Amino acid sequence: MSLSAKEKVIVKDFFAKVSSRSDEIGAEALARLIVVYPQTKSYFAHWKDLSPNGAPVRKHGITVMGGVYEAVSKIDDLAGGLLTLSELHAFMLRVDPVNFKILSHCILVVLSMMFAEEFTPQIHVAVDKFLALLALALAEKYR
Amino acid sequence: MVVWTDKERAAISDIFSKLDYDDVGQKCLSRCLIVYPWTQRYFGAFGNLYNAEAIMNNPMIAKHGTTVMQSLERALKNMDDIRNTYAELSVLHSEKLRVDPGNFRLLSDCLTIVIAAKMGTAFTPEYQASFQKFLSVVVSALGRQYH
Repeated sequence: MSLSAKEKVIVKDFFAKVSSRSDEIGAEALARLIVVYPQTKSYFAHWKDLSPNGAPVRKHGITVMGGVYEAVSKIDDLAGGLLTLSELHAFMLRVDPVNFKILSHCILVVLSMMFAEEFTPQIHVAVDKFLALLALALAEKYR
Repeated sequence: MVVWTDKERAAISDIFSKLDYDDVGQKCLSRCLIVYPWTQRYFGAFGNLYNAEAIMNNPMIAKHGTTVMQSLERALKNMDDIRNTYAELSVLHSEKLRVDPGNFRLLSDCLTIVIAAKMGTAFTPEYQASFQKFLSVVVSALGRQYH
């Protein structure tokens, strides 16, 4: 499964279109992750405030979304471009890769919520593929 | 036995009360066939599924989407015993339709996304959690009779 040239354009265009609200997307996606999938809180036990609308969660959502945008800019070589992030997740954070899938789902839900008209099935499939490939690139250094 | 809190029951009922089954059903099923094209294998007799436009305008797909939503309503009305409510449907999907149960989750994810589009910010994280719990119970019940 790889992105066609057309799909890369769809992904880049869509993320450019929604970039002014990228912070909101990231914060909302992470908030949903910990509410809908409470087991993910295990990675954030070191935060004093784990409420979905609290500062740590929202700030981290923004950080994560920044990573997604970095991946968009490196869409032609995700594995190479995300090497450092992969090492971070593999050796330091050690996030179980199953969580990449569920965060991707939360991002899709938020995109659908915030951009109902724009998030057509055609854009949905391209973005879903992109997020899956992003997850694969992040897991590159795991073993 | 699945335990539902009052909040969860209220959230799920509220979501369903806002749904136009014809609209949501058609959107959900067509989105699933477009985003996960391998699911089209079960719809060989449904006519033209050649591209996204064809799928979205296909009347048989639309009709089936409504059928799916009506089944989900049965689960809503029997929330404390979805397992038995869906026993026949599970046999149908396993013995006759031979649907890989993995596909139920794919359709659920598409339904969640379609409802998010419809409800916007009213689809709060708590609503999403309740609704996904409901769908996972349905999916589990559908997969029970497979052997």
